[in-house]
Amino acid sequence: MELQAVLMAAGGGSRMTDLTYNTPKPMLPVGNKPLMWYPLNLLERVGFEEVIVITTKEVQKMMTTDFKMKLDVKMKLDVVWIQEDGDMGTADALRHIQQKIKTDVLVVSCDLITDVALHEVVDLFRAHNATLAMLMSKAHEFTETVPGQKGKKKTAEQRDFVGVDQSGKRLLFMANEADLEDGLSVRKSIMRKHPRMHIKTGLVDAHLYCLKKAVVDFLTENKSISSIRGELVPYLVRKQFSKTTNSQKIKDDAEDQTQRKNDSSTNHELLISSPDEPLLQLAQERSCWNDHRGDMSEAYHGGKLRCYVHIMDQGLCCRVNTLAAYIEANRLAQKLFEEPAVHTSAVISERCQMGLDSIIGAHCQVADKTSIKRSTIGNSTTVKEKVKVTNSIIMHGVTIEEGCNIQGSVICSNAVIGRGADLKYCLVGNGQRIEPEAERTNEVIVGTDQLMEI
Amino acid sequence: MADSGVTDGPERKEDIQRVKNEGKELTKEEKQRLRKEKKQQKKNKEKKDDKASQESEKGKKPAVSTAAASQTPTQSTTPKAPSEVPAPAPVPVPAPEAPSPADKPAKSKGELKAERRARQEADRASKHGKKGDAAQQPVTIKSKTPPSDLQPVVKRLPEHIQVDNPDVLKKLAKKLERQQIPLRSDYGYKVSLFSHLHQYSRKAPLTQQVSIPSTVIHPAIVRLGLQYSQGIVAGSNARSVALLHAFKQVIRDYTTPPNEELSRDLVNKLKPYISFLNQCRPLSASMGNAIKYIKKEISNISSQCKEEEAKSKLQICIDCYINEKIILAAKAIAKSSIEKISDGDVILVYGCSSLVNHILCEAFEKSRKFRVIVVDSRPRLEGREALRRLVQKGISCTYVLISAVSYILPEVSKVFLGAHALLANGYVMSRVGTSQIALVAKAFNVPVLVCCETYKFCERVQTDSFVSNELDDPDDLIVTRKGKTQLEDWQQVPSLGLLNLVYDVTPPDFVDLVITDLGMIPCTSVPVVLRVKNVDQ
Repeated sequence: MELQAVLMAAGGGSRMTDLTYNTPKPMLPVGNKPLMWYPLNLLERVGFEEVIVITTKEVQKMMTTDFKMKLDVKMKLDVVWIQEDGDMGTADALRHIQQKIKTDVLVVSCDLITDVALHEVVDLFRAHNATLAMLMSKAHEFTETVPGQKGKKKTAEQRDFVGVDQSGKRLLFMANEADLEDGLSVRKSIMRKHPRMHIKTGLVDAHLYCLKKAVVDFLTENKSISSIRGELVPYLVRKQFSKTTNSQKIKDDAEDQTQRKNDSSTNHELLISSPDEPLLQLAQERSCWNDHRGDMSEAYHGGKLRCYVHIMDQGLCCRVNTLAAYIEANRLAQKLFEEPAVHTSAVISERCQMGLDSIIGAHCQVADKTSIKRSTIGNSTTVKEKVKVTNSIIMHGVTIEEGCNIQGSVICSNAVIGRGADLKYCLVGNGQRIEPEAERTNEVIVGTDQLMEI
Repeated sequence: MADSGVTDGPERKEDIQRVKNEGKELTKEEKQRLRKEKKQQKKNKEKKDDKASQESEKGKKPAVSTAAASQTPTQSTTPKAPSEVPAPAPVPVPAPEAPSPADKPAKSKGELKAERRARQEADRASKHGKKGDAAQQPVTIKSKTPPSDLQPVVKRLPEHIQVDNPDVLKKLAKKLERQQIPLRSDYGYKVSLFSHLHQYSRKAPLTQQVSIPSTVIHPAIVRLGLQYSQGIVAGSNARSVALLHAFKQVIRDYTTPPNEELSRDLVNKLKPYISFLNQCRPLSASMGNAIKYIKKEISNISSQCKEEEAKSKLQICIDCYINEKIILAAKAIAKSSIEKISDGDVILVYGCSSLVNHILCEAFEKSRKFRVIVVDSRPRLEGREALRRLVQKGISCTYVLISAVSYILPEVSKVFLGAHALLANGYVMSRVGTSQIALVAKAFNVPVLVCCETYKFCERVQTDSFVSNELDDPDDLIVTRKGKTQLEDWQQVPSLGLLNLVYDVTPPDFVDLVITDLGMIPCTSVPVVLRVKNVDQ
């Protein structure tokens, strides 16, 4: 078997707590499908037959009841649940399932919505015998107004500095702004080998990684690494250029030996060579190919550890980990599947004006004289007469009484909007009731149990 | 001529004649019927004795003389028509020999095959509806002389040089579908002279159509195919070594299914992999020979052998093959070549041949004083890699492009060329541009030495670079200079075709010596080596 897929669905959605306090992030509806359906669909389309899903017990329960997951996902899902306390990072989770991992892994996060041609990433992994291959995408500005955001203040996202070589495929440098307090310093060895490096900051990490099996084994030895994105990837990128991985003629100096032993023991795991290593070497020697030119070194500069990145510039790649991203994803999600926008079981009266880019879920009831534009309506929602819904996301089981006007808002499941309410850019939490004739603009309406105790 | 011409029984001739006279195409049922009849006839004939055959011989002699005159091999599709005994065409004989009893004694398998082939020929001829003159239809039937003297005449053209024939393409598509290998589609406008060859784009790898955890094709083979199509593994030796390495992994992961024999099942498992690799990049001659060797080794595994034993045996075989044919051969060739390199020599090399680089490095280590001129050509610019390897060793080098070769040749004392394959008629198939170098060197009276291991010797015969070649991605020819890419929209320009040839053939007149691991031989001795090799095997 070539690759095993692992879906990380235990994340808490810490940056969108308003949405996730009742529904765990993997089950948030996007375009009326649970969020984790999208990466699963991607894997299924490409040809995977089995996926290991790491998630919490709650999500596991919800998965079994959600018929959409059962019907649509034909792959075999091996669900592993872990404690919800949130201390487990993604690398810890990988370590947890180390027994199940028999070959190289493809790690996907549950909040990734993309239509990338996955073979581009995997081809880099295969062709160059890489240790790590990942997917990144050019970030797009979010144009929709986010409910609850006062003004146009952009949240200060920590930027990522990604350095790639001239071809744009080899990953040379990766650091987060938070770690670069003194400024960006680049090792001389990197500059000597790759004199031209492009440093990009406007990239979104899709959190899709192809890792060699040796890396998983390495993780079991090094328990200090707990996050793939935060620690493992920068470590691997740095290790490409460390001295011990590159020295071909390892001179046995006595004083260096102990230090080298420590280093090489860590490197040994990462560089597990196949039993036919001399043959591979011979083939590489005889091949008249080099990945760079201009200096005297052989292909890959003789380095055995290689990290590659595929940067998408066209196409959809969205990580749903903030409210803005969630709204954006709802807009774009419809492009990803060919199901009809209006579910067959929805009851829509004829005098309803529905825009083409709206999605209506199953068992909905939409009464007369309503106008639904650019919105997503969840399952089992009731929309009474004379309601105007524009640019909004309505989740499941919501009741909207007559004469409401909802614009640019997010209404979570089982909420009730009283008649004549006027909501602009609001976020209504789970199970909330909006009193009739209410007028709210740019507010987050959640229950008292959500508010922090001071 | 046809003295020994015991031909097919007259019954066959009757059939063929009937078909020709009727001048219509044989339908499938008719063909089946024909086949059944022939089988029955054969059974009958085998019971008859030789006496009848003698009679028929005498009877046929006059027929032979008349037939020979009127026979025109209009349908010989192969260039080589070795001593084929033209059998009496049945048709000129006005009356087919009175149904002389099935006078043929039991026929050898080769003759039966030949008969079948001849029958197919006839069918094809009738289909093409040659102007009713059946005399023109060559029925090439083999005589009864010992089969070792005869070569089967009708050789089918390999499919990879018949791309413009839609039937061949359909057959290929069907075959790939059966093996569950995706079909790679051609790209771009092909220059008309080369429209019979495949032309693929590097930006559309075959892995697009392969499921990601590839289950049908072993992952090592997928990786190899990808590396071939992207050019990461390039060069005849490297490709063969990488192929054998991948096969080792396949064999390691192989388990014999129940009720199957390893010797047969493993060969069948390898066939789709080879088709896949062929789709990624057409196989080279050296790879073909390596594959033949492996298949032979696998088929020779006795059924008594346990699976583990068999697998380890195969691994050892592969290691031995690589060791003997590539590593040791390189050493032997280096040793012979060093005798040819004297101090003060100026050696010209072209492109990046792993063997030539090895030779030069060895010679340098043996403290020969020489300098090297590396000639390079677009679009591959492999000479840069050769340059790097030589300069790294400390050899003083000069670098020119192939357009300057006639300028630089007066300085050169010897030319060393690598080969992709050596063909059976002495022609050298190598990177495009090699024949030019050899030609110019000949004009300047500079000796040209070709270095080639024996495992690259190929039984094909070619006299030009058109019939069989490889077309690389035409987009490689596009350059961007000063921000402008002139050929960016070449596909929109009507009647503009970009041609990126990979190989060309050098005639043996331009090559002075071939240095192989068997010694230094003239170019014309290649068929001898091939014959000796075949006898060995």
